[in-house]
Amino acid sequence: MQFERRADVSVTLLVVAPLAAITVALLLCAGLIAAAGVSPITAYGEMLRGALGSRLSITETLTRAIPLIFTGLAAAVAFRARVWNIGGEGQFYIGALVTAGLGHSLFASLPAPIAISLLLAVSAICGALLLMAPVALRLRFGVDEVVVTLLMNFIVLLFVGLMVEGPLKDPMAFGWPQSVPVDPSLRLPRLVPRTRLHIGLLVALVAALTVWIVQARTVFGTEMRAAGLSPRAAAFAGIPLPRILMSVAFLSGGLAALAGSVEVLGPTGYVTTTMSPGFGYAGIVVAMLAALHPAGVVAAAIFIATVFVGADAMSRATGVPSFIADVIMSVSLLAMLTALLFTTYRIKR
Amino acid sequence: MTGPVLELNRINKRFGALVANDDVSFQLGQGEILALLGENGAGKTTLMNIIFGHYTADSGEVRVNGRLLSPGQPRAAIAAGVGMVHQHFTLAGNLTVLDNIIIGSEPLLRPDSRRHEADAKIRNLSRTFGLPVDPAARVGDLSVGERQRVEILKALYRDSRILILDEPTAVLARPEAEQLFKTLKGMTANGLSIIFISHKLHEVMAASSRVVVLRGGRVVAERATQTTSAAELAEVMVGRSVKRPTREPHASGRPVIAASDLCVSQAHGAGLDGATFEVREGEILGIVGVSGNGQAALGRVLSGVAHASAGELTFQGEDITRLSPRGLIRRGIGRIPEDRHAEGVIGDLAVWENAVLERLDSSVYSSWGFIRRTESRSFAAGLISRFDIRGATPATRTRQLSGGNMQKLILGRNLATAPKFILANQPTRGLDEGAIAAVHAELLAARSAGAAILLISEDLDEAVALSDRIQAIVKGRLSRPVVAGEADARMLGLMMAGVWEENHAV
Repeated sequence: MQFERRADVSVTLLVVAPLAAITVALLLCAGLIAAAGVSPITAYGEMLRGALGSRLSITETLTRAIPLIFTGLAAAVAFRARVWNIGGEGQFYIGALVTAGLGHSLFASLPAPIAISLLLAVSAICGALLLMAPVALRLRFGVDEVVVTLLMNFIVLLFVGLMVEGPLKDPMAFGWPQSVPVDPSLRLPRLVPRTRLHIGLLVALVAALTVWIVQARTVFGTEMRAAGLSPRAAAFAGIPLPRILMSVAFLSGGLAALAGSVEVLGPTGYVTTTMSPGFGYAGIVVAMLAALHPAGVVAAAIFIATVFVGADAMSRATGVPSFIADVIMSVSLLAMLTALLFTTYRIKR
Repeated sequence: MTGPVLELNRINKRFGALVANDDVSFQLGQGEILALLGENGAGKTTLMNIIFGHYTADSGEVRVNGRLLSPGQPRAAIAAGVGMVHQHFTLAGNLTVLDNIIIGSEPLLRPDSRRHEADAKIRNLSRTFGLPVDPAARVGDLSVGERQRVEILKALYRDSRILILDEPTAVLARPEAEQLFKTLKGMTANGLSIIFISHKLHEVMAASSRVVVLRGGRVVAERATQTTSAAELAEVMVGRSVKRPTREPHASGRPVIAASDLCVSQAHGAGLDGATFEVREGEILGIVGVSGNGQAALGRVLSGVAHASAGELTFQGEDITRLSPRGLIRRGIGRIPEDRHAEGVIGDLAVWENAVLERLDSSVYSSWGFIRRTESRSFAAGLISRFDIRGATPATRTRQLSGGNMQKLILGRNLATAPKFILANQPTRGLDEGAIAAVHAELLAARSAGAAILLISEDLDEAVALSDRIQAIVKGRLSRPVVAGEADARMLGLMMAGVWEENHAV
């Protein structure tokens, strides 16, 4: 068996590939659920009901999807230009930390819309810098950004721990390691009353649309794709690679930090070291399932959110551990990577 | 007379709608050198892959010494004594010659690999067939010509009696190619039978005893080499008579670009060591030389992706030594890169995107950072019709174009803006006759329009046919220019060997 490159990749194939990957992943995980002694049909039924069965659960799922859209876009933008940003988790926490630190007192005197915009912008810039540093190291010294961004996640998380145990510790939290909350006037308004769903969803959708337009219609988007597809040819054609890659890092790091910032301004109000169930890493899965397309990112983020929110409900109803959500996500990624192989190559006989 | 050693009977192979081989039959006789001639895409490589078992034919059979070869099994082909030398070498650079040769032909799980016997056998083969190479050398340290010898030895080591070489001279400089053909002739005297695939007429005429011409997957002619001519073969290969355009002499104008004492040091291969030249309006300056003598460094400097460490490059009086590619493009310098796949185009982008890739910052194709898609697409459509880029629409993925049409796209995007200086680095390498003629015609038209052109070519015939003046490049140094009409092959050969330096050193 040999593989040969497909001359052309049809759009249909690009849509079918993730759907097929998800189907395969769900079938494989059905085996695990059955092994746990529960009918997969019942389990998946509970999962769907838990995630999408009521108005409240739908809003809960969408709330969960918001940070995933941001981290998914961050990964998609970076991967498109072959900047391997594995540091979404760290950038998420930096965004959250900066927002909580400044939002407690500093910006509270300004009118809310201005203060919120400033908080989002400053947080995004901090996340951007966190990724620009490793990309600069790669451009200057050839340091592998995969290793640097991955390891920085742990450093950032420990730093957040230091802050919430120390200078930013909330004295009113009965000793829990959490930061002082942001000023209530700065919290994002609710989209649906009496739920946790906030207007961060609209911000995320606008971000996805913006990324789409930038990638498909602008000079920067074309240069960025060219740099990712063939750095040598891009450089030959006069595209300034260092500047393009630094701009991509700015965009990607900023988007991941926005996830953290919006999460603090939205549902939580403060920072803890456990506020992210791996949003940064899940963003990579979201980006891959989306085949790096911004519209796909939104869909994939909602799918992953459905799995996680639904898994909790399923776990309560059937006793299957909610870790199954992590398994489904991971198997989906593996299936998607395999599917991507088949969209680019076909088996040659 | 004995029967044929290799026999192809009515081979058919399709890939989807594409018919790669259409009812192909021919025979290879004992001790023969058979040339399989055809343009790119004529089905030569497919056919060889069928013989060797990489592909399975849809119908038809292959017989070796009268016995049917089971299809789709390279191992069966090897066992029957068929060896293949691929166009792109399949050697591991970090292993020795010996390891590369015995790998795959010795059992995987045997502790005592018989290295001594293998070593002796390789030395014996290399003596018998005139393929000098040191079995203990690391393949990564060998020249391209030596690597090819290793590939041939690998086939011989497996006791091949029939050798198939796919475009064996594609990567070789002329002297190496001549040496190869001499070796092949010697091998047939030792009882081997050889098929080599080529689209170069002169080497087919020089080296083969018989020629089979493929066109569009069919055998269109079969000739004894002595009874045919290059002109006849060219015509049957292309299907119409193709004549390369010829250069009309005319006076050249003011100097456009000048280099003085350019120096570049490179980690691998020759750099530049004090290169000096000047190209005038309406003139083509040819740079000839054996591959690896600094052509790559010269190309990199003139296209802006590398900068000279010493010396000066001026364009219409302005110092452009340290300009980026974008700076050069903005000043009206056209650049045709050496490797069109790696540098010229991006295969996964659309034709229109590649057409405007160098000019994304121009206000014609973008405004406020947004690409003007209508203008860009119509520019690409214009290139497609003006430069006869076949099989392309602006939206086609560039990967789908053939090499010749890709080159026309690169030429087109450079020539469309009437550049004052054009760097043409190996502009016809790997192209077929029809495409070469088209590229030559375009370059000569640009010359007539007053462009200064620097042509870097390893094809001496091409350089002589197109250039007004010629300089040889040897170890990063340039010879004094000679007028092309006054230089004969012997003189150029001496120049490429660096003999001029001794003349001037005295």
